[in-house]
Amino acid sequence: MENTGLITRRKVNIRWLFEMALRDSRKNRSRLLLFISSIIFGIAALVAIYSFRYNLQKDIDAQAATLVGADLVISGNKPAATSIKPLLDSLGDKRSEERSFASMIFFPKGKGTRLVQVRALTGAYPYYGSLETEPASAGQDFKKGQMALVDKTLALQFNVRVNDSVKVGEMTFVVAGILDKAPGQTGISSSVAPIVYIPLHFLEQTGLQKKGSRINYSYFYKYDQPVDIDKLVKRIEPRTDKAEMNIETVKSRKENTGRSFGDLTRFLSLVGFIALLLGCVGVASAIHIYIREKIASIAIMRCLGVKAFEAFLIYLIQIIGIGIIGSVSGAALGSVIQHVLPVVMRDFLPITMSTDISWLAVGQGILLGVIISVLFALLPLIAIRNISPLNTLRADYSDVSLSRDPLRWFVYLLIVIFVMTFTFFQLDSWIASIFFTIGILIAFLILSFTAWLLMKLMRIFIKSTWGYLFRQGFANLYRPNNQTIILIVSIGLSTAFICTLFFIQSILMGQVKLSSSGNQSNMILFDIQTNQEDSLAKLTRQQHLPVMQQVPIVAIRLEKINNKTQADVKKDSTLHIPVRAFTYEYRVTYRDSLSATEKITDGKWVGKADASEDIPVSIEQNFSRRNHVKVGDHLTFNVQGVSMSTVVASIRQVNWNKIQTNFQIVFPKGVLEDAPQFHVLLTHVPSAAVSAQYQKAVVQRFPNVSIIDLGLILNVVDELLDKIGYVIRFMSAFSIITGIVVLIASVRISKYQRIRESVLLRTIGASRRQIFTITALEYLFLGVLSALTGIVIAVSGTWLLAKYSFEIPFTINLIPALILFFIVSALTVIIGLLNGRGALNRPPLEILRAN
Amino acid sequence: MENILSISNLTKTYQSAGRTLTVLEDINFSISAGSTNAIVGPSGSGKTTLLGLCAGLDRASSGTVELNGINLSGMSEDQLAQIRNQYIGFIFQNFQLLPTLTAIENVMVPLELRGEKNIRSRATDLLEKVGLADRGHHYPAQLSGGEQQRVSLARAFSNAPRILFADEPTGNLDAETSEKVVKLLFDLNKEAGTTLVVVTHDLELAARTQRILRIKGGHLIADELTDNK
Repeated sequence: MENTGLITRRKVNIRWLFEMALRDSRKNRSRLLLFISSIIFGIAALVAIYSFRYNLQKDIDAQAATLVGADLVISGNKPAATSIKPLLDSLGDKRSEERSFASMIFFPKGKGTRLVQVRALTGAYPYYGSLETEPASAGQDFKKGQMALVDKTLALQFNVRVNDSVKVGEMTFVVAGILDKAPGQTGISSSVAPIVYIPLHFLEQTGLQKKGSRINYSYFYKYDQPVDIDKLVKRIEPRTDKAEMNIETVKSRKENTGRSFGDLTRFLSLVGFIALLLGCVGVASAIHIYIREKIASIAIMRCLGVKAFEAFLIYLIQIIGIGIIGSVSGAALGSVIQHVLPVVMRDFLPITMSTDISWLAVGQGILLGVIISVLFALLPLIAIRNISPLNTLRADYSDVSLSRDPLRWFVYLLIVIFVMTFTFFQLDSWIASIFFTIGILIAFLILSFTAWLLMKLMRIFIKSTWGYLFRQGFANLYRPNNQTIILIVSIGLSTAFICTLFFIQSILMGQVKLSSSGNQSNMILFDIQTNQEDSLAKLTRQQHLPVMQQVPIVAIRLEKINNKTQADVKKDSTLHIPVRAFTYEYRVTYRDSLSATEKITDGKWVGKADASEDIPVSIEQNFSRRNHVKVGDHLTFNVQGVSMSTVVASIRQVNWNKIQTNFQIVFPKGVLEDAPQFHVLLTHVPSAAVSAQYQKAVVQRFPNVSIIDLGLILNVVDELLDKIGYVIRFMSAFSIITGIVVLIASVRISKYQRIRESVLLRTIGASRRQIFTITALEYLFLGVLSALTGIVIAVSGTWLLAKYSFEIPFTINLIPALILFFIVSALTVIIGLLNGRGALNRPPLEILRAN
Repeated sequence: MENILSISNLTKTYQSAGRTLTVLEDINFSISAGSTNAIVGPSGSGKTTLLGLCAGLDRASSGTVELNGINLSGMSEDQLAQIRNQYIGFIFQNFQLLPTLTAIENVMVPLELRGEKNIRSRATDLLEKVGLADRGHHYPAQLSGGEQQRVSLARAFSNAPRILFADEPTGNLDAETSEKVVKLLFDLNKEAGTTLVVVTHDLELAARTQRILRIKGGHLIADELTDNK
């Protein structure tokens, strides 16, 4: 029979769908808002980071000139060759010159010594911005006499004031001012390597400019009339390249600074994205339960003639609407939070940050929030299409599965593609984004599997012999509409994330502390000239300190690997040799035996060179792997202008974790003895007092010798990790807050599910204490298991990071893990109980009516 | 008189725990337009299943259901939804009002779906007919059971259906309210000239219709005409 003529075709009435969406949401808006609140903090984190990124970019663009301090900077690590001198003298309308190097300084007043970065300057540099000093005039005035500027960290550490004196090398300078900020300097850089400025014309007299000292030579140029700097750079670059000098311009600094902060903000936006993902899991779960409750309404609508797709659209509109509200709130919160970020990152920023509202960031945040909330809500939403109108007749029909729709695989795929694409835009590498996505997926799967396993086990192990309260509390974990999976995933993931941060920080710190413990060397003296070697060793022994190692060091470059030059490698990528193998300056040593931290893994150790053959060298295994060099291969080195042909005789495994000199390349004796070189001496100082005394003695007799005090390094590393940790903790706080919001939302949803049951129990006479115990047991178990699984994931993640990323031994500091475990478990129970208290305090009928 | 509903060789089976469960078997009957009918039978006899099949809410395992000359078998879910909106009205035992919509909005939904005009005034008229003109802006939870069922009646008649299916319309109401609702149902039905099919085990209610179909164990065991005109 031909039927279709009798059915009037009806168009989808979009306006009516919107109206229905609005009507249907009426009594559920507060709940929908609660669901969507899970994404607010994720969006806030991202909008804050994006705003920070855009403002930073804008500020870098505006302030880049003050970062460089000049229009053009040419620098190199050796004195300018005579061939390039005329060029250097012809550039710019104004010129300045600087030589910078690491050196010890000595404050006679407090008798303090410290390794600093000495900058010897002449000319009116900086031309943009200024050397911010106290008093302000000192920034320029110090060049007028035998005066110095001292970084404020030094001033604080040694209680140095203006007009005190500081000894640099063999010369004493008057402190003209305390340096607050130099171009491009950040809080971190000044605590790692505090700066001391001196006038350049006094450098010679300090005696620090000796052969072997690693000095950086910089030439600053300022043009009074606008000049096309790009064109200029293009013209002079071949000559500066030939002279092994680098060029920096305002533009290149802009790009470099932008790039490095791009990496930082990308990493932080990934942290924010994890918070968002976590929130989305909460949204998906909440919407799943919401739709389950809506089955009856949807069935009625279907009875009245609403098409499946129309019903789907009604709820999709609700989700989009509520997604927009959540995202706008998140974006607003993010725009407020971004005011805090410059404070949080103060120590890393070389510029003054503005905190304007970035509408681009706000727009991106809202769009992202809506897309991701819809994507995750789609999982339960697609099931609406399968809700039969028959549910109006049969209540038992509502056990229709909401999760078996084959279309869900398509939604899963969309989610994975979205996560990967998003992370790609953050990381700029498909491999990295695939690893990130797989990592997140694995964490989700482990947590979901744990939850699933828990539910299965509970079914098996709950015994009828258990007390009623225990049976009821634990049975809540697997009964219909339970929140086990969502709670374990969200709490577990937050715990894993936070715990990994703690673990990594403590491993890195532990590593540094371990290196400085016991009788291992903890003080390194370098830049020792050959003629100072013996007398310094003697001085060391006179101070009753051991000379643990004395090593000669020669700086060399690699010219050819198996006759392939840098140019060949650039042309032929199949050689798999990184170009930087040729650009790097290697510091090598020569000796006739292996050290205690070395082991031959391939070839044979040759300790003495035979003049008639290629020089047999030993290479470190990472060097071998990185550059695809094996035993028998030929390496040609440039040793201060002299070409040397060598052959790889052996490959060594080196334990880099010991504090001592280790080398990628070791020459045999009999080759490099006459090459320009400096020496390193290692000793062990038992205390800070001995250290200070020894440093003072060394600085006074050998002012060119630099000393690295591991105790000081330890403090700097500690400070650095602390500051980085602070930024990461700040960002991961969003994950924690999201975790808590998801927890509250999930628990509240389960409250809606359980309220009838609690009321029924109350009606048939259950006491407050009994219901309290049932609820507490359920959430305690959930909290404990989530925290435990999270910590296990963190341990595995930390192990992987330690082994493959940091390449350091894996150890676990259980104390933060234990503290976290108790906090998470307790928080879960407290939130669970707080949410359930309504059912305990009010009359049963009142609650039933209200819900 | 033409038939509005024709059932031929209708069988419905379910698979349950590996067994085939036959709920309805080889049911045949026709219902003429404008008549009032009752399907009666004990609990579990298959009468609600039969109603679901007749109204296009469920699909038959075999046999055909022809409603207003349209063969429902082979129709897509969305086509069935259109047929329900165009030709069918429903009354349910538990009222099945949309809880988030007010009384008047519940009545308006079928009309809005059809894209008709002057919806609000027509819905108000219908509410007036069921005596709830002043309760239009109340939500279902704010209405008593009887009031909810009256809103449900107004909604059922709002799209001027050719056939009205009522599943135990008084099942959740007390005797006095039941009486009022039943009277309203029959009055509205008469006024609109709608075909009425009531599924019930209330023999008193069944006795008010013109024809009683008795079902037992999934079989049609009796088809009796009453004296009602």
